[in-house]
Order: sequence, then C-alpha cells, then structure tokens
Amino acid sequence: MLKIQNLKKHFSGVKAVNNCSFEIKPQAITALIGPNGAGKSTVFNLVSGILKADAGKIIFNNKNITNSSIEKISNSGVSRLFQQSRLFNNLTVQDNFLLALNNEDTKFWSSFISLRETSADKKNKAAKILKLITMENFADTLARDLSYGQKRLVELGRAILNPHKFLMLDEPVAGVTPKLREKIAEILLMLKNRKETILLIEHDMNFTFKIADDIIVLERGKVIAKGKPSEIKDNPKVLEAYLGE
Amino acid sequence: MISAYFIHLLILIGIYAILAISLQLAMGFVGLFNLGHISFYAIGAYTSALLALQGFSFWFCILSAGIIAMLFGFLLSIPTHKLKGDYFALATLSFSFVIYAVVLNWTGLTRGPLGLPGIPKPIIFGFNFANNFNFLILTFAVALVSYLIIKKITTSPFGKVLQAIRDDELAVKILGKNTFKMKFYTFGISAFFVGIAGSLYAHYITFIDPSSFTLWQLIPVITIVIIGGLGSLKGTVIATIILVLLPEPLRFIGFPSSIIGPARQIIYALLLLLILLYKPRGFFGKVELE
Ligand SMILES: Nc1ncnc2c1ncn2[C@@H]1O[C@H](COP(=O)(O)OP(=O)(O)O)[C@@H](O)[C@H]1O
Ligand SMILES: [Mg+2]
Repeated sequence: MLKIQNLKKHFSGVKAVNNCSFEIKPQAITALIGPNGAGKSTVFNLVSGILKADAGKIIFNNKNITNSSIEKISNSGVSRLFQQSRLFNNLTVQDNFLLALNNEDTKFWSSFISLRETSADKKNKAAKILKLITMENFADTLARDLSYGQKRLVELGRAILNPHKFLMLDEPVAGVTPKLREKIAEILLMLKNRKETILLIEHDMNFTFKIADDIIVLERGKVIAKGKPSEIKDNPKVLEAYLGE
Repeated sequence: MISAYFIHLLILIGIYAILAISLQLAMGFVGLFNLGHISFYAIGAYTSALLALQGFSFWFCILSAGIIAMLFGFLLSIPTHKLKGDYFALATLSFSFVIYAVVLNWTGLTRGPLGLPGIPKPIIFGFNFANNFNFLILTFAVALVSYLIIKKITTSPFGKVLQAIRDDELAVKILGKNTFKMKFYTFGISAFFVGIAGSLYAHYITFIDPSSFTLWQLIPVITIVIIGGLGSLKGTVIATIILVLLPEPLRFIGFPSSIIGPARQIIYALLLLLILLYKPRGFFGKVELE
C-alpha cells in the first residue's frame, strides 16, 4: 500500500529522516514508534506532502507521490490526523465534518447557485461519526468550545470521514484520559475490522502493542527494527533506544 | 423632506458599506488582511471615470469598474498566495503603493495629481441620477445587492471552506481542497465589489484624484470591519453607519473643515487602537483568531 524508499529530510544539520525505508501492509494497523525527535512526524509530513523530501521515494498504491502537492496526495486517498490540534475552531463540529466529506464545496458557482441545503446523505454520514465518537449532542458546538479530549475525538472523526484508502494518525491518544484512550483504541480496532489500513504514531508502548499488527521502530531518522509486537518487545536495540532516551 | 446634507451622509454610508463588506469578506471570512483593498477602489473609480469621460454609458462603466478591479484582484492573489500574516499584509501594502504611484505618475492616463474632473452623473436607460436623492436610491440598491450576494457566498458551503481556510489553511489542504483557487476567487469577488464602490464614488463626487486612494482612506474601512466584528456582515453594516456619522457632530460644534479632516482620521485611528486593545472581537464578532 505504502512504500518508503531511502527517504531523507535534513533540517540544517538535524538529520530528521535519514535513509528511511519501510513498507505498510494493507488492512492492518502498523505502528510507527520511537523516542521523541526520532523523525516520526517528519515522515508523516513527507508522506502528506507538507515537507519536500531531500531524497528518496514515497510510493502509494504503486504511484510515486514524492513531492506531489498536499491536495493531490490527499485526494489520492491519504487522510491524516496531526499531532497538534488543527480543527476549524470557529466552525461547528458538524461543519468540521461536512468539510471533510468531499470537495464539491470548493466549486463556486454550484455552491452559490444551489438553493438546496446540504444533502441528507452528507448529514447522515456526519451523524454516524458523531455517534461513533459518542458526541451526538455536540453537532452545533463550536470546535473552540470543546475540551481537549473532545477535540481529539472530533479530529479523529474528521480524518475518518475524509475519503481515504489509508489513514495516518499522529499520536491520537497523547495527553488524553485513560478512559478516552480505551475508547479510541476501540474505534481503531473497529476500523481494522472494516479492513482499513492505518499507520499510527504512538509513544506509549503498551497501547501500541495492544492494537498494532506490525511495528516499525524509528531512531534518529532510521528504521532500527520492524516486526510483530512480540518480536519487538524483547528486541534489545528497541529497549536501548527507549531507555537511553 | 430629508435635508440635502443627510442624503449626502446616507450616500457615503452606502458606499462605505460596500467598501467594508467586501473587505470583511477577505479579512473576516478568509483571514486575508488585504491592505491592497484601497487599490481596487482606486482602480474601479479610475476605470469608471475614464470610460465615462469617453462617453460610455454608466451601466457599462460601473460593470467595467467591477470587472477590471476583479482582474487586478485575481492578479494580486497569485504572488501572495503562499504568504501568511504580516508578510501577506506587507505584500498587499506594497501593491497599494504601486497602484498609488501609477495613478499619480501616469499623467497621460490619469492626469496625475490634477485628477479627473467633470465625471458625469449616472444616467441608466434614460433615468437620471444627477439628483442626489435618486443617487441615494441607486447607491442603496447596489449596496443591498452586494450585501445579499456576499451574504449568500459566506453562508454557502463555499463560504464554509473560506472560513475553514481562515482558521487553518493547512488543515483545509489536508482534506484535499485547493486553497489557492479559493483565495483566488475571494480576491476577485472582494475586488469586484470594491471596484463597484469606487465607480459609485467617482460618479457621485464627479472628481477624483490620487489623494482619495491612500492608505489613510483605508483606515476607516479597517476600523469598521474590526468594530463590526470579524466574520459579521450585519455588524459591518451597523459599524459603517456609526462610523460615518460619528465625526459629524464636530461639524455642528463649528470646527472649520480644515480641522475636521485630520480630526476624522485621528478619531478613526484612535478608535481602531482602542477596539484592538479592549474589544478585539468587535461588537458582533464571531471569530477568535489565534
Ligand atoms: N520544520 C522543522 N524545522 C526544523 N527542525 C525540525 C522541523 N520538524 C522537525 N524538526 C526536527 O526534526 C527532528 C524530528 O522531529 P519529529 O519528526 O517531530 O520527531 P517525532 O515526531 O519522532 O517526535 C527533531 O529533532 C525536530 O526538532
Ligand atoms: Mg511527533
């Protein structure tokens, strides 16, 4: 599904991503783990086109998407959640969802002339996600009035609604309560049952080992280990990377 | 009968309302702090005046004013589309200086500082707007249509995307939307309406010169937009009425006009400062910017 080959990104001396190569299997949850500053978010930014790679290749569904524009990559089927909150704060939760559904709304004339309201189908889809994150009563709440945990849920919902073949989640459970962590784990497992392909960045090893099928360990921009959770658990290199942090 | 002076003020309110709601569209709904707004006003005024002086009829002049301003709007959106915040404001400010310099120095076309006198009062299909009361009705009609169109845009799904860009442009791109195209349209639409306002102004005053299109003239408009509240069209209209009328008592107290002019500018600039310090969301503002 996703193939990364010798990917490289340096920031004036900092080798954030340094000859990184890995592959993501479809219909599974792969976790990208590694100590703070290992380059995980930078890999996400390269895949989604926010950063331009210094070298290397990103292949998605057999298409080379290296250095394509952000919109193009998104429309080819990549959806993502950011590490920091990026909601549309002055819009309602419902509007945040409707924006994710398709790009019909960027067409000026059809949007201007059309007298009909947002289609029932779109509203249905938004309502379903609200239910999934158990926030049915918050459709008309402004995003800026939500708590941190609720914001994360809405952002997760928005990323799920955005049409995609591949979902990238950057620390969806960082900083949330243990209860919410459980709930997000449930949602992710539900997505896996729906045969979704997910790449997940998560710092917490226990959480990752519980829900991931495959694990890729990054340290200083390089893959230092990959495999099943059981194989990674006792890998001395991984333990060292984490303990030596 | 409404006094001639009051009609004059109402016409100004109508013209300023169009200036302000078109800036509100760019600033309050898309987050484009466009200091080049006044240039589109100038382009509209000069386009309309020059065509009218060539004998073209008013409806053609005012439409051309909107369209030429819109083309310049599209043009300005291209080099500025990647700029954010201060850099965007600075780039559009430079644009306004360029347009000002062209208007001032291209004397063959604009007569430079001498200005263009004798701009005819509008006649549309035989109906004469030379009478100020009729001109007022024309101005209000144009202002109302502009308001309704911009209102429709901001409440449509397209308008929701614009607001999303204001809140977080990268997040809009990540959803697969072409934000360049969105800003391109907005620049054009905003410039179209302010171009129309420029045309109304030119045909109302019947004389224009570069001094009407400096950054000073933009300050009251920015003040209106901020006091009305970012993202609120209704607030913008209310703020327009209040701000146009506000300095008027000075006149009745008996200040000479040589003092009233600068005093107005000081009042507007001070108001802007106060509102930014104490009520940054304005009176009807719905938007909180980080
Ligand atoms: N835009 C940037 N400019 C400069 N340095 C950056 C930038 N983004 C990330 N870095 C640096 O690259 C390294 C990897 O960062 P990041 O990918 O965010 O790590 P992780 O997500 O694994 O914690 C860090 O040293 C960070 O400081
Ligand atoms: Mg990170």
